[in-house]
Amino acid sequence: MNAQERLLGIADDELVLGWRESEWTGIAPLLEEDVAFSSIAQNEIGHARALYQLIVGEEGDADALAFDRELEKYRCAPLVELQLLDWAHTIARRWLYEIADEIRLAALKDDPDPAVAGLAAKIDREETYHRMHAAMWHERLRDEPRFQAAVEELWPYAVGLLPSELRDELAVRTGLDLPSDNLSQAHERGTHTDELGPLWEEMTEVRRSAPAGAQW
Amino acid sequence: MVALAEAQVWEALEEIPDPEIPVVSLVDLGVIRSVDVQDGHVRIEFTPTFLGCPALEFMKRAIEEKVPEAEVVVVQDDSWSTDKITPAGREKLREAGFAPPAPRLVQLQSQVHRCPYCGSTETRLENIFGPTPCRSLRYCDSCRQPFEQFKTI
Repeated sequence: MNAQERLLGIADDELVLGWRESEWTGIAPLLEEDVAFSSIAQNEIGHARALYQLIVGEEGDADALAFDRELEKYRCAPLVELQLLDWAHTIARRWLYEIADEIRLAALKDDPDPAVAGLAAKIDREETYHRMHAAMWHERLRDEPRFQAAVEELWPYAVGLLPSELRDELAVRTGLDLPSDNLSQAHERGTHTDELGPLWEEMTEVRRSAPAGAQW
Repeated sequence: MVALAEAQVWEALEEIPDPEIPVVSLVDLGVIRSVDVQDGHVRIEFTPTFLGCPALEFMKRAIEEKVPEAEVVVVQDDSWSTDKITPAGREKLREAGFAPPAPRLVQLQSQVHRCPYCGSTETRLENIFGPTPCRSLRYCDSCRQPFEQFKTI
């Protein structure tokens, strides 16, 4: 995978996950979480915007890259596509995603391209607060069987967030075992779930309904 | 036309309030990275506080209106942290009831947060997230005042 494609994968993860997290706005089980998920969604989509801009260059059109692609061209991992309107699964994904994201950001911060390394460092500062939030909920729910079952179910998806060389660290940090061929396979980037379709329809609806270059 | 001097540009920028916390200017916030004036050409580099900040375009336009001669460039590197908020900016935040962010070094070593109203450190976190990405919600157990804490990043 080349560097551009790797960045595009992360940008798509953040865009699609931001979209999914925003689905809690107004209906989260606690008012504090309504605010938290709205903020987290805003941050993730902000990170996606910055990454798209980095890929297309200063004069390029980040919105076009974000919204004018066919569904099959998206590079997000299947984990972020799932519509999870169950709190145990939602928190399980938050917790797994933030750990994986921290690992890949740490690698990107050492990127030889200073623009990539600088943006990764800036994103990482903001993610600190997502990690605090995820850790707080993990602490609260980790002994609940329903939460444990959700983590187990989403684990093969979480593995698909990272390239193979970073997966061992994810296993160590989460205390989970990497899927082997005998057990469940990782849900790899490049494949999509059926749940991406309706999300893509919604996400790109405005762009598709207005001619390119429309002024708002 | 008389060419603008760098100092004049900085003065003009000091008059632009932050769109979400208008008690502080963009200069107070430390988001103006550089001002460069050469042969009548003005280049202003600024950087967002948080990448998801919806006020980003708004701030860019405000700079362009204030200094029409300038080329305004948004920089997305890691050059901003809350340590870049000026001492004057921190004082203005405190006066308006926003606890200024703890310096990064201090934050790493302690979890003390001071109430901007009574100065007590007997405060607790109510929510990591608040009305904008840059703020948390805390509550002061001494003066029983809820307050907003500017996040250290």
